[in-house]
Amino acid sequence: MSPWGTIFRREFTGYFATPLAAVFLVVFLFLAGIFTFSMGGLFERGQADLRSFFQFVPWLFLFLAPALSMRLWAEERRLGTIEILTTLPIPLSHAVVGKFLAAWLFSLVALALTLPLWLTVAWLGDPDQGAIVAGYIASAMVSGIFLGIGGCVSAATKNQVIAFVVTVVLCFLALLTGFPLVLDFFRGWLPQGAVDAIAGVSVMTHFTSLMRGVVEFRDVVYFASAIYGLLLATNLMIDWRKGA
Amino acid sequence: MGELINARNLVKSFGETQAVRGVSLRVNAGEVVGFLGPNGAGKTTTMRMLTGFLDPTAGDIALNGLLLHEDPIRARQSFGYLPEGAPAYPDMTVREYLTFIARARGIPARRIAERLDAVVARIHLRGVVDQVIDTLSKGFKRRVGIAQAILHDPPILIMDEPTDGLDPNQKHEVRELIRAMGSTKAIVLSTHILEEVEAVCTRAIVIAAGRVVFDGTPADFERKAPDHVTRNRMDYAFRAMTAAASEVPL
Ligand SMILES: Nc1ncnc2c1ncn2[C@@H]1O[C@H](COP(=O)(O)OP(=O)(O)OP(=O)(O)O)[C@@H](O)[C@H]1O
Ligand SMILES: [Mg+2]
Repeated sequence: MSPWGTIFRREFTGYFATPLAAVFLVVFLFLAGIFTFSMGGLFERGQADLRSFFQFVPWLFLFLAPALSMRLWAEERRLGTIEILTTLPIPLSHAVVGKFLAAWLFSLVALALTLPLWLTVAWLGDPDQGAIVAGYIASAMVSGIFLGIGGCVSAATKNQVIAFVVTVVLCFLALLTGFPLVLDFFRGWLPQGAVDAIAGVSVMTHFTSLMRGVVEFRDVVYFASAIYGLLLATNLMIDWRKGA
Repeated sequence: MGELINARNLVKSFGETQAVRGVSLRVNAGEVVGFLGPNGAGKTTTMRMLTGFLDPTAGDIALNGLLLHEDPIRARQSFGYLPEGAPAYPDMTVREYLTFIARARGIPARRIAERLDAVVARIHLRGVVDQVIDTLSKGFKRRVGIAQAILHDPPILIMDEPTDGLDPNQKHEVRELIRAMGSTKAIVLSTHILEEVEAVCTRAIVIAAGRVVFDGTPADFERKAPDHVTRNRMDYAFRAMTAAASEVPL
């Protein structure tokens, strides 16, 4: 097994060693259900699709992704195991990627458990299957970015609570900058180019764009490069902060 | 076998504090070096630099002939490291943890069970091998830390207070183990127990306020105490050597 695979495996099984995994999955499904059926009005709208679910996914992950990512590195630092991990004969990038992928796969497991929603709408009507697939891809991307942000923050501290709070705030900002209301606020005093740039880096902009059902090259490049950049930043953060 | 550790002029600053101020260290195979010094002298910081966990502010380190900053991955293959406090993942069993370390160290899958058995027998972990690390006593945790460090049978061993927290029987066993391994490996260990140096080390290095103040055999060390002192001669020598240096404000 390659080094990142070894790290990935330990990290992924680690989620199941504590009640964390069960709590996380139950909360995720519970909230997903509430959002979709009560607040999203799946039945009232009388349309067989999952829009009402997907539009809440970023808000679900806003709190659940930081809960997954907060321990990634902060825990290693608190325990002191970071001293062993970073002196093993494996490149640091493998540890960063392995840990990130473990957290990401776990969030995908949570997403996969919502597949019965898909079956339900498929049974109730004739949904646009392409839009649903795009919705799942968009959701996976948002969770990837949030976990990337969370991993980087977690690398900077020993304290999981701090890692959680700071990550929620940063992810919230990453979402917020995509809303027309917020963009209008910037438009008042920034040139159009800067406003476009702010909208361009917002997770929400690309999420909604993907959600429309067309997987555009621009959005894929955005998500891929954002995750890559965040992993790179995590790597630098660990190198810089590991001894402190 | 030749020189396995060659560290030259290591310096480490944390902001204003200079924790290590020019430590050089050469260790050959067959040597067991005891690292002594008062609290805060810079022992842990030096060992962290030797293993590459901390980058030195100045100086360079060669392990098994490889420069640590040039070829970190291969250089890391040549040592085992027991960090201060013997950290390990609390939610894993001893077997899971050691298997993880073995895989990460690139030990081939077919040889992992055999290596694990050998180490578990040697460190007397048989009875706890399927126990979760979190539930182990302090002494057993430390032994897991030692097991992790020797799993790949490295030519170099760096151990920060390997016998801290062990009962007298276990202390004795770990010392026997270190002595046995010392005939072929280069071992650096830190300790606050001066008798330990006499019991297992071929060489003692005392550092105080980030500088080496003594480097010699345990017998030379004892001779540093004046003749009229008859009891606790090593303690006396240690105090004499470190008192002057410790007056330098850190
Ligand atoms: N990450 C850090 N940031 C700031 N100062 C540090 C850091 N690590 C160590 N120091 C300082 O460096 C000095 C040397 O510490 P070190 O842990 O190396 O001592 P030591 O010899 O291992 O002591 P002990 O016997 O208590 O284990 C101390 O003054 C310590 O406060
Ligand atoms: Mg120390």
